[in-house]
Amino acid sequence: MPRVARAPSPARRCHRSLQRTGKAALALLVLLAILTACGRLPPPPVHPFLQEPFPEKLSDWHLFVGQSPRLQPNQRVIPYDLNTPLFSDYASKYRFVWMPPGTSASYRDDGVFDFPVGTVLAKSFAFPVDGNPGKNEERLIETRLLVHSKTGWIGLPYIWNESQTEAHLDLAPDPVPIRYTDSAGTRHDFTYFIPNANECKQCHENNHAVLPIGPKGRNLNKNFVYADGPANQLAYWTKFGYLQRAPAADQAPKVAAWNDPDAGTLDARARAYLDNNCAHCHQPGGTAGYTGIDLRVTDTGLRTFGVCKSPNSSGRVGTLSYDLVPGHPEQSILLARMTSIRPKEMMPQIGRSVVHEEGVALIRDWIQAMPVDDAACARNPSHPVPGARSRKPGL
Amino acid sequence: MNRSGVSFLAVLTLTLGCLGLTGCTRPTAANFEKRLQEQLINAKPGDVIELPEGKFHLDRTLSLTADKVTIRGKGMDKTILSFAGQKEGASGLLVKANDFTAEDFAIEDTAGDGLTVQAADGVIVRRVRVEWTRGPNTANGPYAIYPTQCKNVLVEDSIARGASDAGFYIGQSDNVVLRRNRSEYNVDGYEVENAEHVDVYDNIAAHNSGGIGVFNLPDLPKQGGQHVRVFRNQVYENNTPNFAPKSLGPIYYLPTGTGVYIMAIHDVEEFQNRIHDNNTTNVYVIDYSTALSAPIKDTRFRPFTDHIYLHDNEISGGDKSPDVRLDGVKALMQVGGGSLPDILYDGVVDPKIAAGKKGQNPGQVCLSNNGAPTFLNLDAANGFKHPRNDLKAYDCSLPPLEAVKIPQVVEGSDKATAGGQ
Repeated sequence: MPRVARAPSPARRCHRSLQRTGKAALALLVLLAILTACGRLPPPPVHPFLQEPFPEKLSDWHLFVGQSPRLQPNQRVIPYDLNTPLFSDYASKYRFVWMPPGTSASYRDDGVFDFPVGTVLAKSFAFPVDGNPGKNEERLIETRLLVHSKTGWIGLPYIWNESQTEAHLDLAPDPVPIRYTDSAGTRHDFTYFIPNANECKQCHENNHAVLPIGPKGRNLNKNFVYADGPANQLAYWTKFGYLQRAPAADQAPKVAAWNDPDAGTLDARARAYLDNNCAHCHQPGGTAGYTGIDLRVTDTGLRTFGVCKSPNSSGRVGTLSYDLVPGHPEQSILLARMTSIRPKEMMPQIGRSVVHEEGVALIRDWIQAMPVDDAACARNPSHPVPGARSRKPGL
Repeated sequence: MNRSGVSFLAVLTLTLGCLGLTGCTRPTAANFEKRLQEQLINAKPGDVIELPEGKFHLDRTLSLTADKVTIRGKGMDKTILSFAGQKEGASGLLVKANDFTAEDFAIEDTAGDGLTVQAADGVIVRRVRVEWTRGPNTANGPYAIYPTQCKNVLVEDSIARGASDAGFYIGQSDNVVLRRNRSEYNVDGYEVENAEHVDVYDNIAAHNSGGIGVFNLPDLPKQGGQHVRVFRNQVYENNTPNFAPKSLGPIYYLPTGTGVYIMAIHDVEEFQNRIHDNNTTNVYVIDYSTALSAPIKDTRFRPFTDHIYLHDNEISGGDKSPDVRLDGVKALMQVGGGSLPDILYDGVVDPKIAAGKKGQNPGQVCLSNNGAPTFLNLDAANGFKHPRNDLKAYDCSLPPLEAVKIPQVVEGSDKATAGGQ
């Protein structure tokens, strides 16, 4: 378990402090200090900023309390998780939501919830500390806030300092070198590119409107282990007053966990993976809407998945002809783009520096398992040029 | 003025100069990139972002999302944004904002496309150069100047070199003027793809593999590109060997030495162009299914080419060295008796039109007053059985297409708004 999640709660730390305090003469002063430090006097509530200027320090939002690294959620800040998340270079991610008192989101079967103005979504990215394999210590790199401001959603990247005591707003953050050895003994050494504030929009924008991506009903519909025990997230949000009109969890759509074979069929898990790793751009109105590829799990047209579809020149990889060739992962541009780390070829275009081996394996298996239908991708036999069909005269 | 006054002024000037991007001592590469990206992020409508003179190296795609912003350099040979060895992102500058203006700078050696503008209403690209400096190379990015799904676009006085697809690409857009540009050493000089109401005039397309293409392709969200005028352009010596990567994408199958081509579109008028010395053929009017073998699964797509009006062009000097790289071109040469003409037409007519309109030219392809070009109708619809040189059958006229009106070009201030005839 990572350090950020293991840090003792303020209450527990206070209890230990109190035990160590013996001298009666100091008791009053110490008690006062402890009351303040330990939250008996409650920490200041979350301070939302709904318009510019946004604060330079993450701590000014009061989303988190306690000692560094400060990821103990403040009151009314709820952690959440997704069935199938976006891959981000194997970073650990810690997600939290806060809504202004008296407000709540409205449930939707499809798409993200209708969140009230003032909502703050916080996602922190952490990597293992180098030189401590097995200790599960992590270093926080960045905390991205997605804030439903008065003028719409806005993305704010906060970058953690070396001492992990504070994160500072940096709209165009520098790349960060990441080096560590994972529990399997694999060495990781790469440059982590933190998306800048405009790049936030590249993924989050649809028809010029910025929207969250992750917190959709189907992706939130899962259990989470809260401080007060496990519960379904939709039910928990509803009980807490953060969500209205949500159906019972077993009645609500649920996207498969991409990496849990018990959670769904190969097809369901692959579609879930594409839904949350690609479809934010690859849907009508998205940044890659112009390509005609729609990778949402709700899309049903195989053609828009790229089956036997030629890419335009920006989408070509090597000598491959089609985005997706059933039964032939090695011929499918979709897989080639996931496997590449060259800027011109790779997908997603931003937010990934290393190959997601497990994700690639999933999509490879999925394409492999599709029934081979070479006729589907056969070249057009109409208007034959004399001779072989390869003898088309060209454009 | 006394000495202290002078030095005070000097300090003040230096300080003020350092507040902006300009003026200071030359910024380091990382510093320049970060500061410029911050400026783009913080830009407000009406802002002009001035780029200083110099060559600056950038590692990542620059992006702009704020409306009504101008990015202005000191000249396309003086302010150079070099993306050589780009580490992240496919484009050089990626713009998703309305009323965008780019002026007087260059983008060089991007990993993918150069200047990408998406889904914008109101675009001006003026005196911008986008280039891959190593010259034609398969590994160059595909598109140099690349507006897609835009409305009201003006691209003028700009230069594109080295793109492995098109120097100037207008895709899925409406109301576009491309004028006075120079496109050279790209695979394709200009491409108008799935776009409508486009005027392409006073441009140069030289030393590409192909000059100016006007066409539709299936499987793109916007279908039905039409109403394109191509006039007063110089399209010559587009004989650089096609260096597009081999894939089924249409561009690989563009024959080296193609002047202008028109495919799977209707309502195209091309006039007063000088089209010469393109070594395969100067003018290529063709049905999608004749040219390419990719399957058509898009039921919205219409592969036919009709209502084409080519007139008053100067056309000469094709067929010097047809692109025998493509077996299909060799086959066409056989159809043509060993050579290819200045104007190559496949003769395919939409059966629906052919059924309704009898006569020699139901597709309304009019080729008139173009000097004395050689001509071949391939008769592709009938298995190339009866190729004909009957140019006279296509000596007709169509009503001129209306000039494209965009807010950036004020009517009357420019003779370009004059009609076709």
